[in-house]
Amino acid sequence: MPTKTYLQAINEALRQEMERDPDVFIMGEDVGPFGGCFGVTKGLYEQFGEKRVKDTPITESAIIGAATGAAAAGLRPVCEIMFVDFIGVALDQLFNQAAKMRYMFGGKAKIPMVLRTPQGAGIGAAAQHSQSLEAWFAHVPGLKVAMPATPYDAKGLLITAIRDDNPVVFLEHKLLYGLEGDVPDEPYTVPFGKAQVHREGTDVTIVATAKMLHTSLEAADVLAKDGMSAEVIDPRTLVPFDTDTIVESVKKTHGLVVVHEAVKHAGFGAEIAAQVAELAFDYLDGPIVRVAAPFTPVPFSPPLEQAYIPGVDDVVTAVKKIRA
Amino acid sequence: MSLTEDKLIQMYTTMVRIREFETKVEEFFAAGKIPGFVHLYIGEEAVATGTCAVLTDKDYITSTHRGHGHLIAKGGDLKRMMAELFGKKTGYCKGKGGSMHIADVDLGILGANGIVGGGGPIANGAALAAQYRGTDQVAVCFFGDGASNQGTTQEAMNLASAWKLPVVFVNENNGYGISCPTCKSMAVADIADRAAAYDMPGVVVDGNDVVAVYEAVAEAVDRARRGDGPSLIECKTYRWRGHFEGDACTYRDEAEVQSWMAKDPIKRLREKLLEQGILTEDKDREIRDAIARELEAAVAFAEESPLPAPEEVLEDVYA
Ligand SMILES: Cc1ncc(C[n+]2csc(CCOP(=O)(O)OP(=O)(O)O)c2C)c(N)n1
Ligand SMILES: [Mg+2]
Repeated sequence: MPTKTYLQAINEALRQEMERDPDVFIMGEDVGPFGGCFGVTKGLYEQFGEKRVKDTPITESAIIGAATGAAAAGLRPVCEIMFVDFIGVALDQLFNQAAKMRYMFGGKAKIPMVLRTPQGAGIGAAAQHSQSLEAWFAHVPGLKVAMPATPYDAKGLLITAIRDDNPVVFLEHKLLYGLEGDVPDEPYTVPFGKAQVHREGTDVTIVATAKMLHTSLEAADVLAKDGMSAEVIDPRTLVPFDTDTIVESVKKTHGLVVVHEAVKHAGFGAEIAAQVAELAFDYLDGPIVRVAAPFTPVPFSPPLEQAYIPGVDDVVTAVKKIRA
Repeated sequence: MSLTEDKLIQMYTTMVRIREFETKVEEFFAAGKIPGFVHLYIGEEAVATGTCAVLTDKDYITSTHRGHGHLIAKGGDLKRMMAELFGKKTGYCKGKGGSMHIADVDLGILGANGIVGGGGPIANGAALAAQYRGTDQVAVCFFGDGASNQGTTQEAMNLASAWKLPVVFVNENNGYGISCPTCKSMAVADIADRAAAYDMPGVVVDGNDVVAVYEAVAEAVDRARRGDGPSLIECKTYRWRGHFEGDACTYRDEAEVQSWMAKDPIKRLREKLLEQGILTEDKDREIRDAIARELEAAVAFAEESPLPAPEEVLEDVYA
């Protein structure tokens, strides 16, 4: 299978969907000839022209609103918000408009739009350019939320997102853009609501999203050396959420550690822990442990930022806490 | 308006300080000593300098992601600025903020800002506090051409005008928001035209002429202090460097850059002051030597300062 980066995989998904469906188009800041702040839309303006790859002014509300309206009118916009943090400027258009139109109108509207945006810390970009906000989006009925962790999933989930008839928030991790992996050349879909077991194990279940999947897989290697067998699962989408795969795993391993980069307090890990507690409490032989960022904004200085981002050691320690 | 010789020399000195500071930042960023993003102000020095020369320490400013020049012009300490850029504990924000979040509330600097258009509503709030307490303070909101298109900016102008808040909206029109030229992001040629929509004065000035900026801002500040409300001043200028350090600038041509570099605001003032005998070559050298020493000290301070300890990540979240 050909090897591509996470970034190339996303770019390819956009290109192939635009080739397939003339109603798919892109809007965002600097997505045109510049190719996007991180280079994700490179080459698309050259191939599809200004009509389908639209540079916008710096107006996130107007971008998301235009995507919502265009989707209600039958197009399939994919809009880019340069950093997830900037969603703050535009929440109403997403939360109150795009997410709720169908329900409020009694099922009479479809909003097939995708909002792509990078999140995550690790490049010294500080408090307004480094957050992981997936729990905000997952809390709003009407939105779907995808969080690819691998190049393969990035392409397949994005194609699914574009073909979905609902507003999808597609959260890319900016530190994964350079990650390489197997990605087929032809278009394919990865279903929403289907977790992936990345590593099978018997002693503990680790559920991890985005970059934390890779941190957790490394931790599983370390644990293996200590004779502990960890099963590592990536939910891939938070809405819809694949509870079954995780519950089945916990029934086997009897332990759960949830890992995400967003702050722990009121993070999506709390939802996962609660679901497992509700459905598989009797199978657990100890407390569920969450590994996540502290309840602070993302700091700038490298030693602070590194202390902020959960690391391999944190995951290993968490597992050892319940498997002592 | 007649500017004293001292004021002119002071403005010249400030512009050179900004230029030299930014040149050092460019160097240290390239050397990998400054993490994250930096957006340099080189070429736009006259805007911050002419504006802040009108203000007192008690007045407020809100800055932007391209904020180093505003901070220096408002009196920011180069040592603590440089230390912050290096991510050191002795920096303005103890290493928590970096380039995009430097602030000095005691000097009325309500922060650089990582959010484009984030400053306008905050400037209004500071101005509201002045109006509420009956002081004669004003607030200046610096914002770019790109930021002028944000809802927050337009909302702020409307509110300021409706409430006659003592705000001066100083637009830095450098022709681009990252790669996007103003001709593609707005239909008007002059951002100042938008003032009419809010019934406030709107003027265009040559943003590379520090005296012109000073005079326009002085008039707007007088008006604000009198209680007659906000103004919008559009300063036409240009950034010499890329949007951020590392930007290859594929979206603009070299001839355009060169034509603006020929309008260097520092060179222009220098020549004028030399011609008028206000500045001499000796005096200029003295000014530049002093700035070089100040910068050397700032860099040494930044390099020698300790990094924050990891556990400090938990501090300063709540008061
Ligand atoms: C809300 C928001 N949207 C987008 C960005 C990304 N961004 C940072 S600076 C910038 C361009 C700003 O242009 P302008 O206001 O003209 O200021 P300049 O950089 O030219 O000084 C953009 C789009 C941001 N930081 N915040
Ligand atoms: Mg600009």
